[in-house]
Amino acid sequence: MSQTSSNSRKKSPLRKAPIVVIAAFLLLWLIGGATGEPGRVLEQAVQVCLSCIGIG
Amino acid sequence: METVRKWVQVIMGFLMNGSWSFPFTRTIYQGPLKVICAPGLNCYSCPAATTYCPMGSLQQLLGGLRFALENGQYYFGFSVLGSIGILGGLFGRMICGWACPFGFIQELLHKIPTRKFGVPRLLSHGKFVFLFLFVIVLPLALVDESGIGSPWYCKFVCPAGTLEAGIPMLLLQPNLRNTIGLLFLNKFVIMLIFLTWAIFASRPFCRTACPLGAFYALFSRVRLIKLRLDEARCTNCKACHHVCPMGVKFNESPDDPECITCLACMNKACKFDAISLEIGGIPLAVPDRGISLSSKP
Repeated sequence: MSQTSSNSRKKSPLRKAPIVVIAAFLLLWLIGGATGEPGRVLEQAVQVCLSCIGIG
Repeated sequence: METVRKWVQVIMGFLMNGSWSFPFTRTIYQGPLKVICAPGLNCYSCPAATTYCPMGSLQQLLGGLRFALENGQYYFGFSVLGSIGILGGLFGRMICGWACPFGFIQELLHKIPTRKFGVPRLLSHGKFVFLFLFVIVLPLALVDESGIGSPWYCKFVCPAGTLEAGIPMLLLQPNLRNTIGLLFLNKFVIMLIFLTWAIFASRPFCRTACPLGAFYALFSRVRLIKLRLDEARCTNCKACHHVCPMGVKFNESPDDPECITCLACMNKACKFDAISLEIGGIPLAVPDRGISLSSKP
């Protein structure tokens, strides 16, 4: 029994790479937030960008 | 599971396009929810859009970077990259399969009964060119006299923007029809090509020209939720090749950047339980015969 669970642990190690990647992008998101970027994004997103959608 | 996925696609589509006051206001939603990043490609100039499109915002921020820096504002696009990076690290291209409205539209078009064709694998590199060149390099490099660049992908290519925003805005604001020119014609033709192509081939836009799909594809090896191949159980029968809407040969390439984790290979094809869903290395689900939180025997 313990041998079986030991084998399954070997086959299914917890992957750390996704956690590192997510943490890195979370840090990037926080840096962006600290510079006030979301406010700028909101300013742009509430306006219709006519040239962006092929008009004008 | 396919029914669950379809419902998730519908719900996600409504969450990203949940503002239905536009027939009265005749313009787009302008509330605070637009500070939230849409996980899929969904134009924020769509009248019903409640979130911002990461690709559109990234181009706008990069295009205005010189101007922003001159004014002491450090808008490098980090919050946008951070948002889609977190989503990419969690789900990768599973978002394309479960949460992208334009992907869903293509899937619906593909249900029209006609003869079906594949998409040459070589064309799948195109989306990386669009991401690198049209979303990053050109908005940064080609600027006007005031130092502002254009959102090249939105302006010249994006068929989702034409379908979800360009056409609806023309219908809502008749005075805009006078401004239709070559720019709109170009984008309209591109939209028609991709929508027609989607009838005959599965998700051609996602596979060849979506910059957001290209970004999420970069996470194919390191995303938290992904499909796993049990090589000991796989008989190389190639049944998984025939059901994949993205042309992935799963038994040959389990971490394929094209995999949208629609689970068709796991649920519809593999009779040997060689394919399972995992979260961070821990098996989550067995095929549709039943979902469990425990590992397979």
